[in-house]
Amino acid sequence: MPFLMPDLGPVMPELVMTVLALFILMADLVIKRKETVALLSIAGTAGVVMLLPGALGTTFNGMVLSDGYSMFFKFIFLLNVILTVLISIKYLSIERVNFGEYYALILFSTIGMMLMASAGDLIVLYLGLELMALSTYVLAGFIRYDIRSNEASLKYFLLGAFASGFLLYGISLIYGLTGTTDIRMIAGYLGRGGFSGNPMLIISMVFFAVAFSFKIAAVPFHMWAPDAYEGAPTSVTAFMSVGPKAAGFAVLGRVFLTAFGSMQADWSIILIPIAILTMGVGNIVALSQTNIKRMLAYSSIAHAGYALLGIIAGTQDGVASVMLYMLVYAFMNIGAFGVIIMLRSENFKGDNISDFEGLAKNHPLAAALMLIFMFSLTGIPPTAGFMGKFYLFMSAINAGYLGVVIIAVIFSAISAYFYLRIVMLMYMKEPKGEIVLSTSPALGLALAITLIFVLFIGVAPSIFLDLAKAAAATF
Amino acid sequence: MEQTMVNQAGFPILSCLIFLPLLGVAALLLVRRTNESLIRMVALITSIAGFLLSLPLFTSFDKTTYAMQFVEKQAWIPAWNINYHLGLDGISIMFVLLTTLVTILCVLISWNSVKMKTKEFYISILVVESAIIGVFCSLDFFLFYIFWEAMLIPMYLLIGVWGGPNRVYAAVKFFLYTLVGSVLMLVGIIVLYLYSGRNFNIVELASKVYPYDMQIWLFWAFFAAFAVKVPMFPVHTWLPDAHTEAPTAGSVILAAVLIKMGAYGFLRFSLPILPDASRAMTPVMMTLSVIAIIYGGIICLAQTDLKRLIAYSSVSHMGFVTLGIFALNTQGMEGGILQMLNHGIVTGGLFLGVGAIYDRTHTRQISDYGGVASVMPVYAAIFIVFTFASIGLPATNGFVGEFLILLGGFKASQLAGVLSASGIIIGAGYMLWLYQRVFFMETGQKVAGLKDVDFREMAALIPMVVLIFWIGIYPEAVMGFMHESVRHLLERVNDGSANGTSLTKNVMEIMK
Repeated sequence: MPFLMPDLGPVMPELVMTVLALFILMADLVIKRKETVALLSIAGTAGVVMLLPGALGTTFNGMVLSDGYSMFFKFIFLLNVILTVLISIKYLSIERVNFGEYYALILFSTIGMMLMASAGDLIVLYLGLELMALSTYVLAGFIRYDIRSNEASLKYFLLGAFASGFLLYGISLIYGLTGTTDIRMIAGYLGRGGFSGNPMLIISMVFFAVAFSFKIAAVPFHMWAPDAYEGAPTSVTAFMSVGPKAAGFAVLGRVFLTAFGSMQADWSIILIPIAILTMGVGNIVALSQTNIKRMLAYSSIAHAGYALLGIIAGTQDGVASVMLYMLVYAFMNIGAFGVIIMLRSENFKGDNISDFEGLAKNHPLAAALMLIFMFSLTGIPPTAGFMGKFYLFMSAINAGYLGVVIIAVIFSAISAYFYLRIVMLMYMKEPKGEIVLSTSPALGLALAITLIFVLFIGVAPSIFLDLAKAAAATF
Repeated sequence: MEQTMVNQAGFPILSCLIFLPLLGVAALLLVRRTNESLIRMVALITSIAGFLLSLPLFTSFDKTTYAMQFVEKQAWIPAWNINYHLGLDGISIMFVLLTTLVTILCVLISWNSVKMKTKEFYISILVVESAIIGVFCSLDFFLFYIFWEAMLIPMYLLIGVWGGPNRVYAAVKFFLYTLVGSVLMLVGIIVLYLYSGRNFNIVELASKVYPYDMQIWLFWAFFAAFAVKVPMFPVHTWLPDAHTEAPTAGSVILAAVLIKMGAYGFLRFSLPILPDASRAMTPVMMTLSVIAIIYGGIICLAQTDLKRLIAYSSVSHMGFVTLGIFALNTQGMEGGILQMLNHGIVTGGLFLGVGAIYDRTHTRQISDYGGVASVMPVYAAIFIVFTFASIGLPATNGFVGEFLILLGGFKASQLAGVLSASGIIIGAGYMLWLYQRVFFMETGQKVAGLKDVDFREMAALIPMVVLIFWIGIYPEAVMGFMHESVRHLLERVNDGSANGTSLTKNVMEIMK
């Protein structure tokens, strides 16, 4: 049998990204200034963004599906890389962990996410997920002299390994049932009907739901998130609150809406309670946090709950709303972490909520930025957060889930309390001591980008909305 | 997509009104924060320019039609069929004018009293102005919601940063009450939008017929947002805290225009879009109104804090407004709308007045005052006008509004009319008693030696006095604007489903 070279066009971004990651790993050995390594990573990633539109198609016998859906998610992942690297440069040297491997690991993790987004086969999906997860475990423990960072890494790893186990079990069950791991063939097999209530299929779907819930930090599989978010370096927290979560949603959408598309009545019974619990626990527990990274961890859990509404809706609008929300979330959340990183200086940890007291007095600009990100996370117009939430709620109502949406908006109103607390402390309290901000041009650029997009999408969402809708249409 | 940017004013006047304050904000951002006098000047010039710009609305408004005027329409988010759609009718026009006027007075009254974070203060004031004008001008439900919510951010800061000792509590309470109501309305808006074939156009939504069950459901969803804002009993408890703790300018904005947004919401959305539900819910709404009138009045009698007393009097007065609106007859509704305006003028004036004296004494306790009339005669004369207008004495605007409301109320329900008339007597009781305790009797320790109002404070207070007598003596000056719109609205509400294009879609499609 002649060897046929598969079409490499659709995987070009992943290939270039891999080359880039390896190059960064090598370059780190010869380049002394780590800022240069960071800049190279950004430049390379920006180049990969340019490749995205040209890399559409299906290849490797359907194992890789590079469609609009995956392209949109890959855009979020690459954006996440650029923003994370920008906020990391100064921060790493303050934490005295300024090593080049950091950037390589971020790139490798992102390659994993990209594979997940365009996985047409459960095995590719698993490969991507493991590549992403293993790199992120290391990143979480990157401050190796800090016991909290080690704890974060270990917890994340142990629970993540469990999640992988669940995923593999789910895959094996579905393989046993359908005889294939190809997502579209599974969909075709199940679409023939007669599987409603099939116990093996239901167990398999539960296992998938469990595994993906781990990745998006949905309750009750969120236990790792607060500890991992708090202990990990802040820049990594920003990275993993956006990337792996978006990747989790990408595969959640792919598996549940394509492979299990015909079983929606069955799996929505699994996902609706998860979504409600996630919004409830995330928002309510966040109220009592004293550490801002921990608070944002619970907030991130809550946001996973909102986004689940789009998947539950299961319509094209639903998918588009999840995509738009992940993009919006990337901007507002990395923006918020950017401000937190600004507070970290040589002898000041700056990750307690009380550290924000009186910030507006001496640093009005930083406080104003945080204010806008907090209001965006609450979902108050005219910020991007509102547009994202509106779309999610609209598609869920349109699909008939009015009750769930009412619960969601109530929790969303509750969330205002803990986001507003930050604003309250910044503007309505006196500073306890002198706060020195560690700013850098890169961090400033990251904050400027996030701010502009949070406001821009809040006022004129059309461009990204149309992109998300077009991407969802190819799904 | 039809697009209109030209109207009888010759230019997009409403957009200019909304964005002019934001232009002022942009200018303020460029001013150094230590240059406080320039910051104040920029804010003052912006607010005066806004007021002057709004005057053509008054002169070129066509009173012979209920149709929307000064209409602007631009596609905004085509994928969701959302338009940037503005327009005014006889119900909304007065509130735009009131907003631009009140903003000037707020800037004037805060001139010396705001000493901290001056730049942020005036930015917040101007952003609030912009958002409130946006609320009154929006003809797209989505756009309306954006302005409605966006107003929360600067208002939260105004109360929380520059307010009194208990300001943080008051600010958070204000924010959460309003937000919970608003998000429920958002769900209602989305349901309405999906049901009507993805339409946010308020005028078109108000010409269709919706199933009765759905109307009732939506009525309560909207009620959650509007009743909190009015505020109606029993969701009024945020108001005394917010009014009391807010800085003078914040109290004035809250009392004069912000809480009008709630009553405006009933007029613009609940009544025309949900006429059958509105009629069915009239007894409930009238009962709540009467409770607010009497309960608010009685609570006033027990207050020891100046601002808190006026805040509770707002609950009582806004009870009159909702009573008039839900009487669903011409007198009641015109009286209700007029009383919204009156309450804005009078209570705005009262808070301005209290602010002026608070700047001197730094106390809000009524017992700390006494004998103010002997040291500040001019101030006492102005304040008595506000007091009489608040009670509703003839020749003041309060009389016209309350008289019409009672007339309408009697026609709708005699019991409600009788009960709410007693609210006026209670009102006379607490206002006159307040005036007596503050201005007469023995001169209090903190009052002795106070200087009378200066030119700047006069400039802030006198416009309200003029308006009180103007509307009191010649109410047609403002009521002439609303006749057609009110007539049209009442036709829609009272005929309900009789006129309007019927939608055939099954309600179960959306409400499953």
